[in-house]
Formats: sequence, C-alpha cells, structure tokens
Amino acid sequence: MGDFGKRGDGRDDARPTTWQLGRAHRKVDALDRMRGVARYTDDLTLPGMLHARIKRSPHAHARIVAIDAAPALAIPGVHAVITGRDLPTPYGVIPWTPDENALGVDKVCHVGDGVAAVAARDEDTAIAACEAIVVEYEVLPAVFDPRAALAPEAPTINPYSKHGNLSKHVRLEFGDVDGGLAGAALVVEHDYRFEGTTHAALEPHCVLATVDGGGVLTVWSATQVSHYLHRELARVLDLPPHRIRVIQPPLGGAFGGKSEPFDLEFCAALLALRTGRPVKLLYTREEVFAAHRGRHPMDMRYRTGFTADGKLTAVDAKTIIDGGAYSSFGLVTTYYSGQLLGAPYALPAYRFDSTRAYTTKPACGPKRGHGSVQPRFAFECQLDEAAVALGIDPIELRRRNALDADARTINELAVGSYGFLECLARVEAASGWRTRRAALPYGRGLGVAGSTYISGTNYCIYPTELPQASVQLTLDRSGRARVFSGANDIGQGSSTMLAVITAEELGLDLADVRVVTADSDLCPVDLGAYSSRITLMVGNACLAAARELRGKVAGAVARRWEVPASRVNLIAREAIDLEDPARRVPLTEAFHWAEAEHGLLTAAGCYDTPRDRHGSYRGGTIGASPAYSFTAHVAEVDVDVETGEVRVVEVWAAHDCGRALSPKIVEGQIEGSVYMGMAEALLEAHLIDDAHGGVHAGPSLLDYRLPTFLDTPPIHALIVEHPDAQGPYGAKEAGEGPLHPIIPAIACAIFDAVGVRLRQTPFAPPRVLAALDARAAEEAAGRLAPHKGAAARRAG
Amino acid sequence: MDDVVLLRFTLNDAPVEVAAPAHWTLLEVLRYRLDQIGTKQGCDKGDCGACTVQLDGRAVPSCLVLAATVQGRDVRTVEGLRGPALHPLFDALDGAVAAQCGFCTPGIVMAADALLRKVGRPVTAAEVAEGLAGNLCRCTGYQKIVEAVVAASERSEARRG
Repeated sequence: MGDFGKRGDGRDDARPTTWQLGRAHRKVDALDRMRGVARYTDDLTLPGMLHARIKRSPHAHARIVAIDAAPALAIPGVHAVITGRDLPTPYGVIPWTPDENALGVDKVCHVGDGVAAVAARDEDTAIAACEAIVVEYEVLPAVFDPRAALAPEAPTINPYSKHGNLSKHVRLEFGDVDGGLAGAALVVEHDYRFEGTTHAALEPHCVLATVDGGGVLTVWSATQVSHYLHRELARVLDLPPHRIRVIQPPLGGAFGGKSEPFDLEFCAALLALRTGRPVKLLYTREEVFAAHRGRHPMDMRYRTGFTADGKLTAVDAKTIIDGGAYSSFGLVTTYYSGQLLGAPYALPAYRFDSTRAYTTKPACGPKRGHGSVQPRFAFECQLDEAAVALGIDPIELRRRNALDADARTINELAVGSYGFLECLARVEAASGWRTRRAALPYGRGLGVAGSTYISGTNYCIYPTELPQASVQLTLDRSGRARVFSGANDIGQGSSTMLAVITAEELGLDLADVRVVTADSDLCPVDLGAYSSRITLMVGNACLAAARELRGKVAGAVARRWEVPASRVNLIAREAIDLEDPARRVPLTEAFHWAEAEHGLLTAAGCYDTPRDRHGSYRGGTIGASPAYSFTAHVAEVDVDVETGEVRVVEVWAAHDCGRALSPKIVEGQIEGSVYMGMAEALLEAHLIDDAHGGVHAGPSLLDYRLPTFLDTPPIHALIVEHPDAQGPYGAKEAGEGPLHPIIPAIACAIFDAVGVRLRQTPFAPPRVLAALDARAAEEAAGRLAPHKGAAARRAG
Repeated sequence: MDDVVLLRFTLNDAPVEVAAPAHWTLLEVLRYRLDQIGTKQGCDKGDCGACTVQLDGRAVPSCLVLAATVQGRDVRTVEGLRGPALHPLFDALDGAVAAQCGFCTPGIVMAADALLRKVGRPVTAAEVAEGLAGNLCRCTGYQKIVEAVVAASERSEARRG
C-alpha cells in the first residue's frame, strides 16, 4: 500500500485487502435529503418563533444621519428593532481585518448593507416593519472602480480602514525576473480581466436562534464554518463561547459563499436574546446576491518569458483586485492571487504584485478555487500563446515545464506527490487530442490547460498551536460506530468520507456508522469546510481514532483466540483469523470482548499540519499546504461566428486527488467544478450597475444566468491517483482544483476554433463578435492569414 | 392582505383543509401550514425549480402558484413519493450519487417523475435535459442526474415489461 498509513497514528500495518476504499458508495445522508426528510435550516421551526428581516441601504455609500424605528415598533406584532449601535463590535473572518458590522453603525458602504433589523410575529409583518423604519442618509460619493478608489482624492469607504481604500498590497519576487525576461527568446505580454462571479448556492443563507432557560444561545446556521461563526458570535455579542451553541443543519450548497459570519447570524442572535423568543432569518435571493463574497474581479497584466524550445524563463504579474466594501478573506485572496501559481510548472523566476482595493460594492471573498482561478486563467492563456508562437504542441509545452515529485517550487511550496503529467497524458489520450484537433474544421476547436490547488492550509486563520482537526469515535454494543466531528458537510460528502474511513478500519458497513457533525456542544472543534481541507485533515484525524479502536478490538479478539493480533482482520462485519479463515466472530461480539477488556470503546484522533513546509519569507506560510492536487482539462468548443455564441461540446477533466476514497464522490466534484467554471467562462458575471447608483445588475438566478441542464456539456471525469504521504491513504483534495483549468481551456479552444484571443470573462457573444471583427480587419489589412484557411466571417 | 381563505384540496392522495392568507403561494401553504418541507424555497420567483410540485400531475414551481387557485385540485409533493418500497427515482439518484447538497433534488424528482409519467417509456438523455431545464442544480453539473433519471425510466420499464 505504499505511502498509505504513514500519517494517523503512525502505524503502517499491512492489511491484506481494503474493504471500503475506492468502492462506489452511496452517500450516508443523500436519501434523507432527496426525499425531503432532512431538515435544512429553514425547515426548522420552534414554538413561538419570530421572523426577522433586515432593512437595507438603497445607497452605495452614505452616512447614516438618523434612524427612526418608532413607526415600526408601533405596528402590531413587531417585537423588537435593532440598529448598528446595538452591535458596535466589528468582526471579520480574518482576525487581522475586523472591518464590518452586522448593521451599519455610522455609514453604509454598498447597496444592500444592513441598517436595522426587525423581529415580528410573521414574515409579512417583519417586511412591513422594515418598510416603516425611517432612515435619514447623507449620500456620499460612490466609488465602483478599484483604480479610482486608490486615487488620493477618493473618499475612504471602509469605516475601519487604516490606509484609505487600500485593503492589501503584496509584492513578492523569487529569482531574477528581469534577467529571465531580458534573456527570453519570446516574451508574451497581455492584459486579462476576470469578471466577478458569485456562488449562488440554491439554499439561501438562513439562521435560527434561541435562548434556553439556562441562558445558552443556540444558533442553527447555514454556515460552512461553524467554528469561526462561534468565535465571532462570542466576540460581537460579548458572551463566553460556552454560552453559545452553534449547529449547522444539512446545508444546501456553499462553494465558499457561507464561509464567514454574516449579518443575519448576529441579528437573529441578538433579537433572540432581546425578545426571549426563537428568531428565524432567511435571506431573500436578492440578499444572497448582496451578501456575495464571491470571486474577486481581477485586472491582471502578465509577462511571461520562454526559451525557443518552450521552457519558462520568468513570470511577472501585476494584479488589481476589486475587493468590494469589506475585507472578508481579502488578505488571503491577495496572497493567493500570486502564491498558488508556483505549481504545477517549474518557474525559474517569478514576481507578483497584487493590490486589493475597497470599492462601494458587495464584498468579494472566497469562491471555489479562492484567489487562484483568475491568475490561472491569465497564465494558462500565456502558455497557449507561447505554444502557438513557438510552434510547440500546447500539451508538450506544459510537459517541458513540469516539476518533479517532492519538488520545492520557486516560492518554496513543498510539493509532495505530483500527478500532473499523468493528468496531461489522460486528457490527451481520452480526447484523442492530436487527431481530433487536427481534424476540427474552422469554428470548432480544442484547448488544454492545467492547474494545482491546496489540500487545506498549513496555518489556521488565527494563530494557534492547537490541532487543525479532531475526531471522537465511539463503538457501541450493537456493533456500530459513531463519529463526532466538527467538520461541515456542505454537500461535498465529508460525512460520507468519515464513514468510509471508519468503516474501512473497523470492517463495518457504511450504514453501521453514524456521523454526528458540526454541533459545537457535541463535537470537537474543526475549522470548517474551506480551502479543501477536510478530506486530508479530518480524514487523518478520523483515521487515527479508527486505527486506535481497531487495535483494541483486534487485540481483544487475538487474546481470546490466543493468536498474534496481526492475524486478526476486521472486515465485512466480522473479525477473521487470516491464517484460519474458518475462524471468525461477528463484530458485535468482538466489540463486546474489547469493551470487556478496555471499558467504553472510544478514541480521539487529532491531526495537525506540518509546520516545516512553507516559505522562509514573510507571507511564505500563505499558500503552504500539506499536499497539492493537480488537474488538466481539454475542452472542445463550437463557435457560432454569426451570433458569437460559444458552445462547449465536450470536456475531458483529469484530476490527481491522491487516492479516491469514494470515486463517485470525486467524479461528482470534478463534474460540478467543470460546470461551475464553464459558467464563469461563458455566462456568469456579478455586475454592479454604476450608472444606477450601484444596484446589482440582475440579482436573480435567471438574470445572473446559471447554466441549466441544456447548457452543460458531457464531462468525462478522469480520476488520477498519485497517493501523497500526507493524506489519509494518500488522499488529497478534489473539491476546488478541478474548477481551474476549464476557463483557460475554453479560451484556448476558442482560439483554436476561430483564431481570436478572449482575454476577458465571460466570453459572451458581444465579446466574441468584437474579437472576430478585429481579426477580420487584421486579415483585410494583410497582417494576419486566414485561420484554418477560413477568412473571419465578419469582414468589415 | 389580511384576508384568509379556506383551501380544500388533495395532498398526496389525502384530502386537506387549511386556512391561509389569501395572498400566499402554494409554496408558503405547503411549507408553513402543512410541513411539506421537502418542497424547498430557493428563489421564490420561479427561477430555480427547487419548489417543484405536481399539480394535477403536471410539474409546476409552487412559488408561482397562488394557493387559492389549487382549490379542489390534486397536489403531490416529494413526501407523496414515499412508500414501503423505495421509489425508482430515489434509488437511481442515490446509486448514481446524483445528489450533493440535495437542496434541488426533491424538485428535480417531482419534475422527473412527471416527465416519466408523461413519456411513458424509457427516456433519452436529451429528453431528460429538456424536461428538467427548469430545475437548477448548482453542485453536480447535472450529468449524474441525467444518468440516474434515464436509468430509473429503464428500470421502471423493465418492471412493467
């Protein structure tokens, strides 16, 4: 089993066969969800429950002069009104940048910022009460462009900002960039823009808060980071953490959009404390768009040098990041915009200079592939341009720049297992790359791109020496196991992953494992579902606990049978003697033997990250991960030169997840990632209309335009397994990495199809037509030959 | 706005009688008065399909149906597909791991069930994509859902044949 089992409790015992790993599992919680049995947050009700609503700013930037809540309080059925002055402590998921309030204290910074919250007997009354509140504003100048925001004369937007509208600036340089560019045979230099996009999870954010007789505040929230929510609730409400219980019910999607505290949680909690009644607050779809925290718009200038045979010599990147009104994870985003480009290619020299600015728009934050999807788009497009210019096959050019396994990147990331070359080979073979590409006519094209992503971060968001993940595991007298974990299952299947590991180690069926998660009173702390950390980190913690209990059970059986413990295997709900397979005992009885010997069968497993695998420079810890995943995509597109519409025909997506503990779940992550990235390439844009005072350009799922069944192409998910010594059984992440390459792969396929470079997302028909027009003009002037022998249609 | 109407209709084969504000949608009545929590609210404006139910056998987004208009009619929610045997759609979707967060799945099941009844034979992937185009899923990329619905229709046919 190679590297497997080096983590966990450190025992690398040789089990003869795997029992659960790699099987086509059904998820432990899917049937309850699909049959309408599982209760998501908005499906919970409590006796006497009130409904809360937040009154929101119609202005992009304004000072709050006065708030008159009396007309609202006069409405029958209104129980309480709170404003920013009731929650004056600023918060933020990153402890260095607490720069927002649940409700504006003195000002509002984007359309949709909260100014007051109401609790009433029902939703209709709460809505009427919000409308009755009178807010007097002094409107301030709005700033929608990050460059304008950074100009000295711009008004400061964020009330807690220390440096005007500069949210964060990072400049890091590794190696001799200027020398590398000067000595290059080819320098590709272009500007790219990645438009902002949002998560649009189908379940809107929702919270239910109540206070019991003992004064414990219980908060059920549709969050993906219960622990950070718990910390910030304690701070803002000025309550000791033990008086708050945070529970995450089944969650209806997140994608990074629920990975920090939001105004509704503080408001519902305070309204519950004030009224003594349970309080529920459900966002409308418009409020979800205003809460945002989606992908940052980035303007990127990339210069990349190559030798004549296609080897990279240097990369120089300069990026302006539009942050919106608050920091959110912006400090990390700014680092990630550069740091995560260090792999999968060997960069001899690299410099990035990234600046995040505050603007009077909904705050941007982490969306699936946080911070690194945008630079990946720019950089992979640069590689494709070089391949064309140098006459090298784009897959071959990527091969020539590969890293080695166990390499240190130029920015000192410690890469362990490295399946990138196999990812390239798999998509090359599966797509029939050479023959298919050569045969496609004008209008059809094939593109390739690669990427890497982290499997969690080596350092927690706040400084701590405590473990990143802990799991408690208990075996009971009916032959079953219960796992207690703080990990947030957001639909990605982390609860199933914990059941798989437990069942694998103890020889159980998945149905024998009950996974109890994300309840701060019942479960040990976990940091949450972000940065693709759960399989590696919580999986390792679970593996450690399960191995300890397996040792106790196998040992007890061995003593009864008077054989060495190494002869006892737990598999298929039995303990069996490996040398005398006729000798076997049901696990229920084996558990009894072990409990008789040890008392209650319970174990705690912990996992902490390696602290010696990061850059030695300031900021070198950010982007450092225990293990990196790798991905390669090939996309085929069909460009309609009459309408400018781009259709993705088919996608081949190979992803190195280390080891697929549950392959169908990994496939689902790959397919969902390709879908979400394709949407960002072609359809979606989170646009604020600056001509209309900063309102959202289309805050509905129809206007924002999520792809439907009809818009999504066939996706071939190809699992590549290069086990990593850091992961449980070698597993690495699969939830975010597979999103990255699809966007540049589509851009490169469009070039292959019709000879135009799209350097701004989304590749919508007007942009495609404009690019075709520009090419036609070049062809007419004799500066370009017809692409694939076909003249661009739109001559003149 | 405070007018209350008394609604009588059939819900999952049983008669129900419920009073609700006259301006409420079917979605609100189902969720707030009848605890049909499998019917989800994703957008409340007919964009996402998470609240899809069957009205007289036809799939409709319940957030766009004024509750007063279902007087005397036949409403089926995802709760109405529960029974002693696992419905073939649930089994196929579960087997294909076609639900990730699962928030859209009840609505998709109701739309798919209506589609399969209407077509009355094994469906093609293209028919599923067309028939479910009003239901959004943000997690899966749709592929495993299409595979599962096709498989369920084939299994149902095999059972009939």
